[in-house]
Amino acid sequence: MREIIKMIVVLTVLSSFSGGLLAAIRGGTKDKIEYQQLVFVKGPAIRNILEGCSNDPIVDRFKINDGDIERSFFVGVFDGKPNTVAFEGFGKGFGGDIGLMVGVNINDDKIIGMGVTTHSETPGIGSKAKTDPNFSNQFKGLAAIEPCKVKPDGGQIDAISGATVTSRGVCGGVTNAADIYKRLKPQIAEKIKEFN
Amino acid sequence: MAKSITQEFVKGLWDEIPPFRLVLGLCPTLAVTKSVENGLGMGVAVIFVLVCSNMLVSLLRNIIPSKVRIACFIVIIATFVIVVELLMQAYTYALFLKLGIFIPLIVVNCVVLGRAEAFAYKNGIVRSIVDGFGIGVGFTISLVALGALREVFGSGTFFGIPVFGASFQPFTFMIEAPGAFVCLGLMLSLMNLAENK
Repeated sequence: MREIIKMIVVLTVLSSFSGGLLAAIRGGTKDKIEYQQLVFVKGPAIRNILEGCSNDPIVDRFKINDGDIERSFFVGVFDGKPNTVAFEGFGKGFGGDIGLMVGVNINDDKIIGMGVTTHSETPGIGSKAKTDPNFSNQFKGLAAIEPCKVKPDGGQIDAISGATVTSRGVCGGVTNAADIYKRLKPQIAEKIKEFN
Repeated sequence: MAKSITQEFVKGLWDEIPPFRLVLGLCPTLAVTKSVENGLGMGVAVIFVLVCSNMLVSLLRNIIPSKVRIACFIVIIATFVIVVELLMQAYTYALFLKLGIFIPLIVVNCVVLGRAEAFAYKNGIVRSIVDGFGIGVGFTISLVALGALREVFGSGTFFGIPVFGASFQPFTFMIEAPGAFVCLGLMLSLMNLAENK
C-alpha cells in the first residue's frame, strides 16, 4: 500500500511540475512563435501583396473580433500613409480549403493584390493558383466589395486551364475576404488610424 | 572500476559513440541527416535534452520508485523535448520546419531513454551531466559526419554552399532513404576497420 501511494505521489508531483514548467515556457514564447509562423507561412504572400510599402506589415498588425473568430490584419504604409490592409480569406478548392491573403486599399476599396498561402491542390495543375503570377495578377484592381467569379460563371477571372475548381475556390476565397472586408470596414478604418 | 570525469566524457566520443557503437536512435539518424545543418540542429537539440534529463533523473533517483521509473523518465524527457520544440519554434523556425516531426520524436529516442536507465539512474549528478554531454556531443558528431557525407555527394553542397563546380551531377541516391542506410553501413565498417588495426 505504502509503495502504491509513493508511486502515485511521485508521478503526480512530477507531472504537475512538468505541466507548470511547460505552461510558463509556452506563455513566454507564444508571441514569438506566432510572429515566426507569420513570417514563414504568410510572410511571403503578405510581402508580395504589399510590395513597395515602407513598413514591416508583419509587425504592424492588428486584430478584430468578428463574432467568435479573431482576424488578423496587416497594415501597409504607402507614401507615408497607412492606407492598405492585407488579411486572410478561405475558399473551397479541389483538395480542401484554399487559404489566401488579399490586400485592399481602404480609400477606394480596390484589391491591390492576392496571393495563395495554403492549399492542397493537385501539384502542377491546381497549384498554379499559388505560383502563376498571370492568374493572381487578374485580381488586382477589382472592387473588394463585390463577389468575384470566374468567366464561365459570369465573372471576370480567367480560370487556370484544367483547374476550374481550384480557380473557383480562389474566387470563393476572395469573395469570402470581400465579405469580411465589407462587414468589418468601420472597425478596420478605426484601427488603422493608430498606425499614422 | 570507477572512471574519472574526463573518461566519462571521452567515452561518448569514441568508445560508446551513438549511433555507431550504441546502435540506438537510428530513426532520427537516418531521417534527418540529409544535410549538415539538419544534423547539427538535431544534435544540439539532443544534447540539451540528454543533459537536462540525465541531470534530473540522477537528482531524483532516490525518490523515483523503481516500478514506475520508466514512466517518470518519459515524463522528464518529454518535458524537455517540448521545451526544445517551443524554443526552436520561437527562435529557429526555418530549422524547425525542416526537422519537423523528428523533434517531438526525441521523446522516444532510445539514446536518451537508454542513458537515463543505464547511467543516470545509477550515478551521481555531476557524472550524469558529463555522461549526457559526452554522449550528446558524440551523437552530434555522428549526425554531422553522416550529414556531411550525404550532403556533399547527394546535393553537391556543404552547409548549403556549393563545393563542386557547376558540372557536378548530384548523386541523389545519397539523400534518399536507401543512401542513408548505405552511408551508415560504410561508416560503421570504417570504424570497425580502424578499431581492428
